[in-house]
Amino acid sequence: MSKLTNKVALVTGGSRGIGAAIAKRLAADGASVAITYAKDASAASSVVKAIELDGGKAIAIQADAADVGAVKGAVEKTVATFGRLDVLVNNAGTAIPKTFEETTLEEMDRVIDINVRGTLAATQAALKYMKNGGRIIMTGSAVGERVLTPGLVAYSATKGAVKMFTQGLSREVGSRGITVNNVQPGPIDTDLNPAAGDWAVPQKAATALDRYGHVDEVAALVAFVAGPESSYITGANLTVDGGMNA
Amino acid sequence: MSNLSGKTALVTGASRGIGRASALALAKAGAQVLVHYSSSGKEAEAVVAEIRQAGGRAEKVAADLRAPNGPHALAKLVHGIVGPRLDILVANAGISKTASIEDTTVEDLDELFAVNVRAPYFLVQQLLPALCKGSSIVFVSSLAARAAVGALSAYGATKGAVATLVRHFASALGERGIRVNAVAPGVVETDMSAFAKTELGRNLTLGMQALKRVAQPDDIGGVVAFLASDEARWITGDTVRVDGGSKL
Repeated sequence: MSKLTNKVALVTGGSRGIGAAIAKRLAADGASVAITYAKDASAASSVVKAIELDGGKAIAIQADAADVGAVKGAVEKTVATFGRLDVLVNNAGTAIPKTFEETTLEEMDRVIDINVRGTLAATQAALKYMKNGGRIIMTGSAVGERVLTPGLVAYSATKGAVKMFTQGLSREVGSRGITVNNVQPGPIDTDLNPAAGDWAVPQKAATALDRYGHVDEVAALVAFVAGPESSYITGANLTVDGGMNA
Repeated sequence: MSNLSGKTALVTGASRGIGRASALALAKAGAQVLVHYSSSGKEAEAVVAEIRQAGGRAEKVAADLRAPNGPHALAKLVHGIVGPRLDILVANAGISKTASIEDTTVEDLDELFAVNVRAPYFLVQQLLPALCKGSSIVFVSSLAARAAVGALSAYGATKGAVATLVRHFASALGERGIRVNAVAPGVVETDMSAFAKTELGRNLTLGMQALKRVAQPDDIGGVVAFLASDEARWITGDTVRVDGGSKL
């Protein structure tokens, strides 16, 4: 029996990059998986197909993480489809890399709405259904703790907020046997932060392992936090950054 | 389960508590485990027997890590058994001392630093010829490094030093593909910690934790095995709290 057999997971922002890798990995570990996506329906459906091809169960739900109604709807639809909810991965996120003084208020709002407000709303909706053994997992960021490059001011502020949200919430739901943790990736090769290009040079140099990480390497940590071996870890910020913050 | 078959591991202080649980978890995942002990030979033998009974490979190795040359002697023994390749080092051996600032003696502090900091430092140094690309080192830090809990100032300082070593070692050894991390347990019910067994200790523990039960050594061993495995290959330089959400 796999580690997550009979469990149901919802991964927000699950159509691409880290989220898609997390969805596939949780499905490979035995969970039925719902993913949300904002725009790219065909990317989302290819994640679902890949999971189904492997013998797993998955659905894709259109829900922009900035739209609280849609986020709540995604939780409801997950429970309606699979009958329960055990693991919520708050992965949907965005960054608008530019200097702080050039960042407009609208851009700041967008980053805050998706990375913070969306995470809080999804978690609140999910908690209604979560039972003993439930797992709430954030995709935070290594820049929620230390910032080594300019251009990520608003983004890192939101990831700092996610970090304290994790710590605070773990206190409120611990007595129900639900854990809350924050997985903090460093530079990971995705569309949002490709390993090739000028932007990547200083990030790669800052890691101890001297390379970008792969999405699977983040998914492996999320799977561990979702699984039974991590049952005593809660309120923790787990960094997976090739030693960037060391 | 993380698959460690074909891997070799050394766990220091593996006869009891967290070290024992780590050794069992690594063996369960398929690793050959060297069970280090300093004085509890019988208990170490029992750990070896338990691993072998389950079909695993294990051997006990003795070394006094209080002695300045203890890590050097242990490394020699390890090289003799596993040859040129050690995949996993769990530097778990440690001692604790509850004492107020006034009651802490020079000898206490020296001994704490000797076992908890000096020994793992030189153990890594002496094992470096056998550690290679893909090897993983796991230290054991503590909640006491991050928060003031109990009368543990000297002990807490040694565990803070461990968390600092993790960052420096990870940075220096990253080029060679060696990863270095730590787990930071909170209160765990072990022989070393009678605290959790008293009613007062139990209440204080549950009061500062998000999760309302006291940790068992298994709760830590599984996380050690994860950090040692290839599943954690992008994690280095980190101290992972395994404390049920203590003092958040």
